[in-house]
Amino acid sequence: MGLAKRIIPCLDVENGRVVKGVQFVDIRDAGDPVEVARRYDEQGADEITFLDITASHEGRDTTVHTVERMASEVFIPLTVGGGIRTCEDIRRMLNAGADKVSINSAAVYNPEFVAQAASRFGSQCIVVAIDAKSVSKPGEEPRWEIFTHGGRKPTGLDAVAWAVKMTELGAGEILLTSMDQDGVKNGYDLGVTRAISDAVKVPVIASGGVGNLDHLVDGVLQGGADAVLAASIFHFNEYSIPEAKQHMAARGIEMRL
Amino acid sequence: MNTIAVIDYGMGNLHSASKALEHVAPDAKVVVTNDPQVIADSDRVVLPGVGAIRDCIGEMQNCGVDKIVADTLGTKPLLGICVGMQALMQRSTENGGVDCLGHLPGEVSFFGDQPSINEAHLKVPHMGWNQVRQVKHPLWSGIADNSRFYFVHSYYVRTENRDLVAGSCHYGVDFDVALAQPNLFAVQFHPEKSHTAGLQLLKNFVQWDGSL
Repeated sequence: MGLAKRIIPCLDVENGRVVKGVQFVDIRDAGDPVEVARRYDEQGADEITFLDITASHEGRDTTVHTVERMASEVFIPLTVGGGIRTCEDIRRMLNAGADKVSINSAAVYNPEFVAQAASRFGSQCIVVAIDAKSVSKPGEEPRWEIFTHGGRKPTGLDAVAWAVKMTELGAGEILLTSMDQDGVKNGYDLGVTRAISDAVKVPVIASGGVGNLDHLVDGVLQGGADAVLAASIFHFNEYSIPEAKQHMAARGIEMRL
Repeated sequence: MNTIAVIDYGMGNLHSASKALEHVAPDAKVVVTNDPQVIADSDRVVLPGVGAIRDCIGEMQNCGVDKIVADTLGTKPLLGICVGMQALMQRSTENGGVDCLGHLPGEVSFFGDQPSINEAHLKVPHMGWNQVRQVKHPLWSGIADNSRFYFVHSYYVRTENRDLVAGSCHYGVDFDVALAQPNLFAVQFHPEKSHTAGLQLLKNFVQWDGSL
């Protein structure tokens, strides 16, 4: 008996529509994030992460509206990430009904923003998203660096040291995405997940690379993650949330069933 | 009509609490307010709260919410949520030590100060779904004992008056997650984010006559 590990489906949303496609949604409604979130909520997802990849300002208003609709119908925690750059962005999302916001690039360009955000809104709602890539050569001590711009732009920042710094500034949770693994379906990068999970005192969400249910188990048991995030395996009905939870529970992981 | 006042003192996410109440009680009128008259005229009151305790208590004092809570307590059903529960206690160690509203005996302490938490490398905040051991109370009606609720907090409540405890939880330490007295129920978890079990608790609150 104790705290359960979490399963978090992630929706990539652009201009109020889920992109990357979601198979189980009715064709006429394909891509309505609220419908998708409701479906995951019914299946027993522990949280929802809403990643806004909208570029335009007009689109951001749509995002706020979508978050409002989602929060009126889905009664599990909701994290909104993508384009969070100012305290005003955070305030808008929290007022719309988000429980947490995820800060990514803005933390790299202005680490002080994380401190400001945590002191104003509380660490419990500030997630820092880290995109890490392995930079060590074979045979070397493993090392990972922070990349921005979808993994294209190196920053020279050591991922583990960066994660620690973010929590010292007030991040209440780390969303760790392995850029080597993202979309590859070979499983999480367990090395960096374990290294960061051991180094920080706050919960770590593993992300990037899930192809099957054993990968979720590995993220927790080997990576030390407190929560596991996945998109495509759930979107395309390869696995359902209850199946994933049963599978993890059968491996001895505390789950909310 | 059943009117539910969600007390607004400028902190945090009131949308979630009010939307969840509207969802479970479509016939009720849910108002987000800090108007003493509106709160005095309401049938029941919700005191939510997120963020740091010093800011919460400070904003409550700025808005006169401390007085509203004092006037409301015991007169009609009041539900405190998360920092709304912590605010009712005597004192918190957060922000270097903060005097809270002092309506319930007990302290609010930091998980990270507990050796048992650090030895087990338990993460702080305590974030996610944990099991709640219930003590019989009308607000648990229809919710199985040891059901999971969603928590996100770094500070926890312990009261010396065990008669007040309506629910408890374990995370490295045992702590109190529901305190009850006539017309008062205060919870550390977020019922508005706790799916079926949480919505049932809110539904029970909307129908509660305030008795134990």
